[in-house]
Amino acid sequence: MTDAALANTGAAPTRPSGWQGIAADWSSDQRAFKNVSWGKAMMWIFLLSDTFIFSCFLLSYMTVRMSTTVPWPNPSEVFALTIGGTTIPLILIAIMTFILISSSGTMAMAVNFGYRHDRVKSAALMLVTAAFGATFVGMQGFEWTKLIMEGVRPWGNPWGADQFGSSFFMITGFHGTHVTIGVIFLIIISRKVLRGDFDREARGFFTSRKGHYEIVEIMGLYWHFVDLVWVFIFAFFYLW
Amino acid sequence: MTNVAMPLETQQPLLHTHVHDAVATGTAHAKGQQHPIRLYLVVWGWLFVLSTCSYLVDYFGLQGYLRWSLILLFMVLKAGLIVAVFMHMAWERLALAYAILLPPVAVLIFVAIMVFESEYTHLIRALFFASPT
Repeated sequence: MTDAALANTGAAPTRPSGWQGIAADWSSDQRAFKNVSWGKAMMWIFLLSDTFIFSCFLLSYMTVRMSTTVPWPNPSEVFALTIGGTTIPLILIAIMTFILISSSGTMAMAVNFGYRHDRVKSAALMLVTAAFGATFVGMQGFEWTKLIMEGVRPWGNPWGADQFGSSFFMITGFHGTHVTIGVIFLIIISRKVLRGDFDREARGFFTSRKGHYEIVEIMGLYWHFVDLVWVFIFAFFYLW
Repeated sequence: MTNVAMPLETQQPLLHTHVHDAVATGTAHAKGQQHPIRLYLVVWGWLFVLSTCSYLVDYFGLQGYLRWSLILLFMVLKAGLIVAVFMHMAWERLALAYAILLPPVAVLIFVAIMVFESEYTHLIRALFFASPT
């Protein structure tokens, strides 16, 4: 009962909105995030810290690219693929972008079906999301292999500024790690959904707290963040 | 004794179901996470359109300020859609939205600092390390 009360964050419906709401929430001598459970709030705060990590990566990339006197390799040509005799610029990265966006779409729907207690659809959509994620990592592996074969190293490459390789491996490597971790957790949580853990409110093996379908949304927050980071990497590293 | 116990016992399940309902509506209603699937499909479609647009910027080889402003525009629109709809930030209370969305703005100051720094480094490199022609 107390556990349900803790997890039930449905707050009184009459709370001030706008700036008054912000002041009231933050000065209320209780918790600042009124209708958000601790799990969701902590995921958001973790994502904020992760934002700063990726910001630092992109900033260091900006700094090395702006300060080098050697021309930067043209990503449009570096990441071009020759398919059927025609060279299409940046095509692999475009496909990877569409795959990641699609995985975000299926994840959003998995969250929706989770809250409707539709176990099979929710778990299936999460597994589709995981499959998209794994495909993305696979294509990234192909891209890394191709570039390494062509002689790209963290300390140099055949086309221009040496810093290209270190920036590329650092940024896409860290992002790929995030995707991989996401895929692993998607599989774990979809298994729990399919098994009906959240209908029974089964206790987690690690936290031993009762499970709720909210964990699907928290997982979704992480996954959408991975997609969000890719939006920035795509714009700044591949297109700029 | 039984008179007292009886109403309690009959009330117990009632109370339980009531709390259960509150939990169910609490997750579905107060947090506002039940949106029609159509909304997600529409956003999905827009993300595809915007990604295609930003890819076409590169495909047609636009250059200069036009290229950079278009890239930034499509990037911000995509990021906004993902955060607002997929991550449900549009339905969260402002106390959370501002706590999460304002701190990254400080990164822009960091960007400005590093632009100055790299301009300076570039100048020094050009002055002292440029290969003699």
